[in-house]
Amino acid sequence: MATVHIPTPMREATDGAARVEIEGATVREVVERLEASFPGLGGRLVEDGQIRPGLSAFVDGANVGRRLRTKLQPESELFFVEALGGG
Amino acid sequence: MATEIQSGKVHVQTTINGESVDFLAEPRESLLEVLRDNLGLTGAKEGCNNGNCGACNVVMDGVLVNSCCVLSVEAAGASIETIEGVASPEGLHPLQQSFLENAALQCGVCTPGFIVAAKALLEENPNPTEYEVRWWLAGNLCRCTGYDKIVRAVLDAAERMRAEA
Amino acid sequence: MAVDTRVGQTIKHHDEEYKVIGTRPIRHDGLEKVTGEARYGSDINLPGQLHGKVLRSPHAHARIVSIDTSGAEALDGVRAVITSAAFPDPGDKLTGGGEAPGLPLKFKSANMLARGKVHYHGHAIAAVAAANPHVAAEALKLIDVEYEVLDPVLEVWDAMKPDAPVIIEDLYTAKADGTTAEEASNVAAEMLYEVGDVDAGFAEADLVVDREFTFGVVHQGYIETHNATAHWLKDGHLHVWCSSQGAFTIRQELADLLDHPITKIHVVPMEIGGGFGGKTTAYLEPLAALLSRQTGHPVKMAMDRADVLKATGPTPGGYVRVKLGVTNDGMITAGYANLAFDAGGYPGSVVGAGCRCVFAPYNMPNAKVEGFDVVVNKPKTHAYRAPGATHAEFASETVVDEICRTLDIDPVEFRLKNSAKEGDWQLAMPPYPRIGHIECMEAARDSAQWQTPLETAPGKKRGRGIASGFWFNIGFTSSVTAKLNSDGSVTLLEGSTDIGGTRTSIAMQFAETLGISVEDVDPIVADTDSVGQTDVTGGSRVTFATGLAAHNAANDMKDQIVEGLADLWDVAADSITHADGTFSANGNSATVGEAAGLLEEEGVFPIGKNTVTPTREGGAFAVHIADVEVDDETGKVEVLRYTAVQDAGVAIYPPYVEGQMQGGVVQGVGWALNEEYVYDDDGHLLNASLLDYRMPTALDVPNIETIIVEVPNPGHPYGVRGVGEVPIVPPPAAMANAIHDATGVRMSHLPMSPARVQAALAAEA
Ligand code: FES
Ligand code: FES
Repeated sequence: MATVHIPTPMREATDGAARVEIEGATVREVVERLEASFPGLGGRLVEDGQIRPGLSAFVDGANVGRRLRTKLQPESELFFVEALGGG
Repeated sequence: MATEIQSGKVHVQTTINGESVDFLAEPRESLLEVLRDNLGLTGAKEGCNNGNCGACNVVMDGVLVNSCCVLSVEAAGASIETIEGVASPEGLHPLQQSFLENAALQCGVCTPGFIVAAKALLEENPNPTEYEVRWWLAGNLCRCTGYDKIVRAVLDAAERMRAEA
Repeated sequence: MAVDTRVGQTIKHHDEEYKVIGTRPIRHDGLEKVTGEARYGSDINLPGQLHGKVLRSPHAHARIVSIDTSGAEALDGVRAVITSAAFPDPGDKLTGGGEAPGLPLKFKSANMLARGKVHYHGHAIAAVAAANPHVAAEALKLIDVEYEVLDPVLEVWDAMKPDAPVIIEDLYTAKADGTTAEEASNVAAEMLYEVGDVDAGFAEADLVVDREFTFGVVHQGYIETHNATAHWLKDGHLHVWCSSQGAFTIRQELADLLDHPITKIHVVPMEIGGGFGGKTTAYLEPLAALLSRQTGHPVKMAMDRADVLKATGPTPGGYVRVKLGVTNDGMITAGYANLAFDAGGYPGSVVGAGCRCVFAPYNMPNAKVEGFDVVVNKPKTHAYRAPGATHAEFASETVVDEICRTLDIDPVEFRLKNSAKEGDWQLAMPPYPRIGHIECMEAARDSAQWQTPLETAPGKKRGRGIASGFWFNIGFTSSVTAKLNSDGSVTLLEGSTDIGGTRTSIAMQFAETLGISVEDVDPIVADTDSVGQTDVTGGSRVTFATGLAAHNAANDMKDQIVEGLADLWDVAADSITHADGTFSANGNSATVGEAAGLLEEEGVFPIGKNTVTPTREGGAFAVHIADVEVDDETGKVEVLRYTAVQDAGVAIYPPYVEGQMQGGVVQGVGWALNEEYVYDDDGHLLNASLLDYRMPTALDVPNIETIIVEVPNPGHPYGVRGVGEVPIVPPPAAMANAIHDATGVRMSHLPMSPARVQAALAAEA
C-alpha cells in the first residue's frame, strides 16, 4: 500500500485524514483509486487524466513531476506539491 | 573633421584604435550607436544609455568617457580607443589575462567597460590602492560578480604591469 | 607563505578526490568576453533589418478606448505598426512547458500588448517597425491612444480590501482547497501549508514573537537590456535571436502566443548579459516576430533601461507576517506565517515558494503558512534569484534574532539547536534528504569574521548580524550531445544559456567522467534545432542538471568507445576497463585520444548523448555574517565586513561558485539598503533609471569572504547542489540584525534606506 499525504486544505475530502493508504503500482493507479475512494479529491489533484498543471508528485523524496507512469514500491510515500520555478 | 552633407548626415573623420576611420552619422546619433551599428565595433555595450553604468566606456583623447553620452560628431578629429584595441597581435593585455585568471567576469556584458576603465586607471596610477580601484570603477556597474574578483583582477594586473615595466 | 587571496576557503564533508572537478581552469568563453568579441543579442545585425520600438502606457490603470495608428503609418520610413489585434485570440488555452506552465495564456498575451485595458505604467500598447530606431521612436509619438483612466491599486493590502477596484474583472480566487471563489477580486490564489498542530505548539511556548514586514518592488538589474531579432520567412519558418535564460522556453512561448507550429520556430541563444530570473519569459520576441511577418524583413528590437524597469518582470513587493513560539531554553514550538505578494498586473507571483521557504532552516514540529497572490497595477512580477525566499526569510530570520536577544541565547547556538536536518519534515513536502545547514552554521561560527570581535570606534555605531537562508533548487530537463573528434577532443553541445561560466562547469563533469582534460572539451551553447530539450537557465539548475546530462553523455560515449575497441581488439566488451582516461584489455591499451584515432580508421565516430530530468535537486543552505556601521545622522548603513558560507554539495568550478556567492551577496545588500521601485499615488514609476534605481557600485561594498561547504547531494553522481540562488537570501536579514546590534532598532521594511533607518532611529530616541 502506498501512503498518500493529503495537503491540509484538501482534507475535507478525507474526513480530516492527513494520510491515506492506497493500493497501486504506479502514480496513475493510485490517483485513479484516490478519486474512487474519496470523491472530489482526485479532481483537485488530477485533471483530464493528468496531474493538474502546476502540481508535482514526489515519490519517496524524488520529484517525478507529472509523470503518472512512475512506478511505486509497496511502501512508497506520495506527496502532491505545487511545482516551483527558479530565478 | 565633421562636414554636413546633403542627406542631413554628417561626415566625420576620426581615429579609432590607431586607424583612421570615416563615417556618416546623423547628428543625433551617439558615439556608442555609431561604434556599434555603423562600424561593427560591438564590444562597447549599452546598459543604460544615460551615463550610469559604464558598459559603453571608451577612451577619447586620453579621457575615459561614456560613449552613450558623446555625440558621434564630437568624435571628429579625436583619437578613440575601444575594447577592440586593448589586446595586441602579440596577445592579451595584462588586464584581460588577469580578468580571466581571477574569474572576474560572469555574464561578461560589463567586462569590456571595466577593462577599458581599469586600463585608463592604471595609465594614470600604476599602483592604486584597493580603495582607489573601487573609487575609479564606481562608474561601472556589474550585477553579477559583486566586484570582489574584479577589484582583485585589477590589483593583480597592476602588480604584473609594474613588474614588467 | 603568501596566501592566494583569489581562493576562498573550502570545507569538505566527503573523501572524494577528483582530477578535474574542483580545479580552476580558465573558462572556455573567457577570451571572447575580455576582448569584446562575444556576441550578445544586441550585437547582431542582419541584412535588410528593420528596427522595432514599443509604445507604452503613461497610465497605471486605464481602459483603452481607441488606438489610431494612421499617423505613425504615414511617417516616412515606418514599415509596420501592430497592436494586440495582431495576436491570435488565446481563448481559454493554458501556457505550455517552461517556467510556469498551466497559467491562462490570455494573461501572457495581454502582457505582450495590452488587450482593451492597461494594467500598469509602461504596459506595451503598440509596436512599430521602421528603417532605423530614431524613426521608430518618432513614430510612437504619432500613435493616438484614447484612454479612460481608472483608479490604480498599488499595494497588496489595498488590493485585498473588499471595496478595492478589481483590476481583472473575471479573476476568481483559486482557493487552497482546490475550489474557486464565486466573486471576482484581486486575489488570484490563496495557499495554505500546514504541519503538526500550531495551536498546541503556541500553547507550549514561553515566548511568542509576532512581527509584520513590508517590501518594495525590486528589479533583477541585469546590465544587458532585453533584445530580440526575428526573421519570419515566407514559408512560415521563424528564426529568432535573443538573450534569454531559455531558448526552448522562448520557442514554446512563441508557439503558444503566435499559435505557430513549434517545428517552424528556431531560437538561437546569443550570449546573455545577466538574467537572475528576469529573462525567463518573452517580451520582445513575439513583437519582433509579428513585425517581421508583416514586413518580410528581419526586425531587431531592444529595450532601453526605462523600458526594462517599467515593463519587464521585477520581483514582488508585499507583506509578510511571522509569528514564532519558543520555550525558555530556546526550542521552537510553533510557527505561523502569512505572506501576500504582488503579482503585478497579471496573476502568478512567487508567493508559493516564499511560503515554503519561510521556516525552511528549522525543524518545525508545528507550522502553518498562508499565502496570497494579489494582482496590483504594477508590472507582472517574476522570479529573482531564489524567488520569494528572500522576503520570507528576511522576516523569519529577523524574528529569530529578536528571540535570541530576548532570551539571551547565542544566535549560532539557537540555530544549531533548531536546525533542520536529514529526515526532518518540510512544510507540505517529503522529509529533508541530506542537507548541510548545520555544517554551514558551524563553518560560520568558526570563520575568521565570527571569531574576530567587532572593532569598535569611538562615536561609531557598529554591529554584527548573522542569518541563514534556504532555497530548493530546481531540476527540470537538460540535454547534451557530445562528439568525439579523431584527435580525442570532444565538441560538446549543450542547451543551457551560459550566464556565469557554466559551459566550463558542464565540460568539467564531462571531462572527469571520460578521463580527459577540460581543455580537450569544447562546450558550445546550441540552438533549439541542434540539441535536445533544455529548460531555462534558472533555479540554480545548470551545473546540477546539465552537468548530469554531460556526465551521462560521457558514459554513453565511453560505452561506444568500448564497443568499438572490443571489435578492434577482438575481446569481450566487458573485459575492457577504463581508468584515468585509458581503456585496457588483454594487453591492449589506448587513451581516449588513441582510441579516437583507431576508431576513425574503422569509420566509427562516437556521439554521446543524454536528456535527463533529475528528480533529487537537493536544497541549498547558506549562512552569512555582516558587520555594519550606521551613521546616526544620515541613516546610511555601511558594510564593513562580510562572510558568506554555503553548501555547494561539491563545488565543480570553485571560482565561479565563489562568484555566485559574492554576486548574490551584493545583490542582497542592494535590496537590503537601497533598491526599491518608487511610485506616485497615480501609479507612475518615478525612478526608472539606473541613477535613481540605485544598485551597489564597487565603492559600496567590501570584499566578500567566501567559505564553500561541501555536503554532497545524494541526488547527483558528483554530489552537486545548485549554487546560484541561495546567496541572495540571507543578506537582508543579516544586515537588519547587524543594524539592530549597532543601534537597538528593528527594521521592518526592505529596503532599509538611509531615510527609513534615520526615521527609525528618530522614533526610537
Ligand atoms: S550605456 Fe553608457 S553609461 Fe550606460
Ligand atoms: S559580469 Fe555580468 S554584469 Fe558584470
